[in-house]
Amino acid sequence: MISRPYAAAKRTLGIADKLMDVNWGLVLLITIIAAGGIAMLYSVAGGQFHPWALSQLSKFLVGLVILVVAASIDVRVWMSLAYPAYGVALLLLIAVDVAGHVGLGAQRWIMLGPIELQPSELMKISLVLALARFLHGKSVEDVSKPLNLAIGLVMIGIPALFVVIEPNLGTTLIILADGCSLLFLAGLSWYWITPALAAVATAVPLAWRFVLHDYQKARVMTFLNPESDALGAGWNITQAKIAIGSGGLSGKGFLNGTQSRLNFLPEKQTDFIFTNIGEEFGFVGSVALLILFAVVIFYGIQIATGARSQFSRLLAMGITLNFFFYIMINGLMVMGLIPVVGIPMPLLSYGGTAMLTVMFGFGLLMSVHVHRQVEIPRHSGGII
Amino acid sequence: MPLFDKKDKSRYTTFTRRSLGMGGAMTLVFGVLAGRLYQLQIRDGDQYMTEAEDNRINERLLAPPRGRIFDRFGVEMANNRRNYRVLLVAEQATDGVEEALDTIGKVIALTDAQKKRVLATLAQNKKFVPVPVAENLSWEEFSRINMHLPYLPGVQPDVGETRDYPFNDELVHILGYVAAVSPEDKKNDHDPLLDIPGYRIGKRGIERQYDSVLRGTGGASRVEVNAYGRVIRELGHEAGVPGQDIWLTIDREVQQFVAQRLGNESAACIVTDVATGDIIAMASTPGYDPNLFNVGISPDQWRGLTEDDHKPLLNKVMDGVYPPGSTFKPVVALAAVEAGLATPEYRVSCNGSTTLGNHTFHCWKKGGHGTLDLEGGLKNSCDVFFYETARRLGIDKIQEVALKIGMGAPTGIELPGEKSGFIPSRAWKQKRYGVAWQQGDTMSCGIGQGYVTTTPLQMALEVSRIASGRNISPRLVHMVGGEPTRREAAAPLDLLPESLARVREGMNQVANVPGGTAYAFRIQEPGFEMAGKTGTAQVRAYSAEEHLHGVTKNAALDWKLRDHGLFIAFAPVAQPKYACACIVEHGSDGHPQVLMARDILLFTQKRDPLGMPAAYPIKAASLPGSPVR
Repeated sequence: MISRPYAAAKRTLGIADKLMDVNWGLVLLITIIAAGGIAMLYSVAGGQFHPWALSQLSKFLVGLVILVVAASIDVRVWMSLAYPAYGVALLLLIAVDVAGHVGLGAQRWIMLGPIELQPSELMKISLVLALARFLHGKSVEDVSKPLNLAIGLVMIGIPALFVVIEPNLGTTLIILADGCSLLFLAGLSWYWITPALAAVATAVPLAWRFVLHDYQKARVMTFLNPESDALGAGWNITQAKIAIGSGGLSGKGFLNGTQSRLNFLPEKQTDFIFTNIGEEFGFVGSVALLILFAVVIFYGIQIATGARSQFSRLLAMGITLNFFFYIMINGLMVMGLIPVVGIPMPLLSYGGTAMLTVMFGFGLLMSVHVHRQVEIPRHSGGII
Repeated sequence: MPLFDKKDKSRYTTFTRRSLGMGGAMTLVFGVLAGRLYQLQIRDGDQYMTEAEDNRINERLLAPPRGRIFDRFGVEMANNRRNYRVLLVAEQATDGVEEALDTIGKVIALTDAQKKRVLATLAQNKKFVPVPVAENLSWEEFSRINMHLPYLPGVQPDVGETRDYPFNDELVHILGYVAAVSPEDKKNDHDPLLDIPGYRIGKRGIERQYDSVLRGTGGASRVEVNAYGRVIRELGHEAGVPGQDIWLTIDREVQQFVAQRLGNESAACIVTDVATGDIIAMASTPGYDPNLFNVGISPDQWRGLTEDDHKPLLNKVMDGVYPPGSTFKPVVALAAVEAGLATPEYRVSCNGSTTLGNHTFHCWKKGGHGTLDLEGGLKNSCDVFFYETARRLGIDKIQEVALKIGMGAPTGIELPGEKSGFIPSRAWKQKRYGVAWQQGDTMSCGIGQGYVTTTPLQMALEVSRIASGRNISPRLVHMVGGEPTRREAAAPLDLLPESLARVREGMNQVANVPGGTAYAFRIQEPGFEMAGKTGTAQVRAYSAEEHLHGVTKNAALDWKLRDHGLFIAFAPVAQPKYACACIVEHGSDGHPQVLMARDILLFTQKRDPLGMPAAYPIKAASLPGSPVR
């Protein structure tokens, strides 16, 4: 087959064409959501830009640049970078376990000069890239072949293993969900899926017994009965529910949320930012936000199904699903439906790595959109 | 070159189908999230709104200043002073409470016991409730804490109020003390003030009896607080009502004299106004420092108090129950005149003993007193005279008069826990022992032994009633919150004036006629003479050997086995004004109780508190409540 896939592209685009072709509606949507998040950070700081809102704004602007740059880079370039990115992310992940910085009782950061890097965040995107790359050439039948499936599962399993020993249960779950979703979308046979689901169902009690850390078990126990320790570990869940519930139909109004302003909610600016929306804008505001998120996801699915190459489709859908899993886990967590796991709300929670990786993800999604007409032969390895 | 080959086509359709399926699943999850929001915000919104308000708004109680306690001339005997203290808020102690306590311990002295107590209190309270770590700090210690404050997260210096008893142990059995609230206290008393960490309530004496009056009503401040309990702003304020002041009938000067005169003996003494029953002084020694209980008593100190055989914690005035001994003889004498038995011609002959059946009752004086009339019987405290008189009277008549004179029932003094003493009756013995009352029982009672018991307070009431002839009862509280405690003038006793006059004459002879048992200890200054009645209460049975060869001298016995010495007296003889009852437990020979009573009565008469105008009522200071956080 052709060894120079770039030459086989139906057409190449100039940079101006690419910028014209960016789905600016989606960018606007993302900007609206992020602006809402910045407003919330302004609110939880007691009506001040310092210390979070302004910093978050600058991160968002950097993210926006990254998005546009990533969008204008040919999707085949991303394809070529898929495996190297995966390798680098894996190395960083191992490095964080070896020499990581202990924060919040878990090893999650690595210092790269002045930048505090969270390799597990990088890994999510890299895994989506690498799996899309790997599955790109595989037909429906190929995917279900034991060897291919084994390779795919190893690609998912290795980073999952390193993230779970950090320990970071939330991100592990997202990595597993992202990876398995891609295998599913690539056409994995139900003959594999059905027994796998059954196996997971039996593995949960075993994991409880042998894998989960004490603090993770404690979170689950507290979740099941938050009032048992209302001043201790149950505090977050109880106070989050109070914050959201007290918003009522239309909320207490901007800057009037008492739960977060009076510090009843720890982590109010990061994982629990959604509670402030619930408190200040009520049911109406929260549902409106969910609708905005849903529209973003709708765009994502639309972009994925509109792309002409399997790599692009899988990449777009993987990014979209990754975004969705963040929302789902964080949403269920702050509303007290699942135990507390450290997953931020994308675009809203304060934090650099999360914001930049989410924006980079959207950049890749946008690249798929811009290059939706690009066809990539099944056995192509990208451009470079 | 076919880019969309067959295989790719099938991949595409699978991908699209499955993507749309996942889109459906994602919509479902959004539906779940929206449903949960509905549940939290619409269905249960009101409930969560309330909880958020509960979080936000803190009702902070303001402890009102406790009422003061004055003597009859306005001397402050219990008041409030500034209490420099250090509070700790668990949630603000960023390095943990134990670390915080260690750091505080480097600035001011903290014992391990104190730290343990603070940790226990912290565990009982919510994380944002400030808990006292150390109280009653010196100004220097307090300044040091303030200086180091930047390095002490969660520490709040605070100026509160604490109870102070300036006269220490002198008045402890009257005033009692305040101490920390116990879980039992909270069971019966639901005043929210009790929940304030470090709050003190009255535990004994007047402090306990009048606790609700002294305490006042807590004010409240509705404040918005953050999660650490730090106040953001005040939303509303409700002033409390300060506790009311109390004026006692006590004269602190006399009280001081009495306490000093009793010294280290295990003793009790009461001085009363015979016309009204007002208590001018009342002491039980040894006492203890009430401030100890307020500040917090150490286990060693507590053991010292409970193991002392002089029983400092016991208010012997009303909680000590003793056989009245010969101080009961005036009651028998009264009954004898009332019953028409002891006419002026009535005589009893004493030859040292009398017999009933095969039992011999001995007089304290070997060889006897010869023939005596009623006054002579009292003067000599002749046992045979009263054995015989009691036998002829029968227990019923003695019981009747004893009850009239105030024995056998609590006197109703305004203090908690008064004992009632005991006056036996036929019916009681039948019921209690299933045996009929015996003449021998009556004879024992005739000299204040046997089943008869009294408290020193009842003895004071007995002598006051004999002296005034009025049916007075003891009173300690003169005014509450500026309002005098109203009391009607006491009616005359339901006894013949003649019987009272003859008993008073007998008691006069005790002290003022040569040969009287207290003649050697009389008040010699003209116009101040006292009348009295001595008594001895046995704490052990005398052996037959002792009856034959004389009772072993007290001085030769172990302290615990010595007799109690008792004395009741009033003065001046001509116009009785003050009465005194005094008991020295296991007193040595030489009648220390009589000497004490004599000195006390002389001092009291010379000072004459009843002749001085009592303090003009001072309105309770209406100070604003000090915030207690």
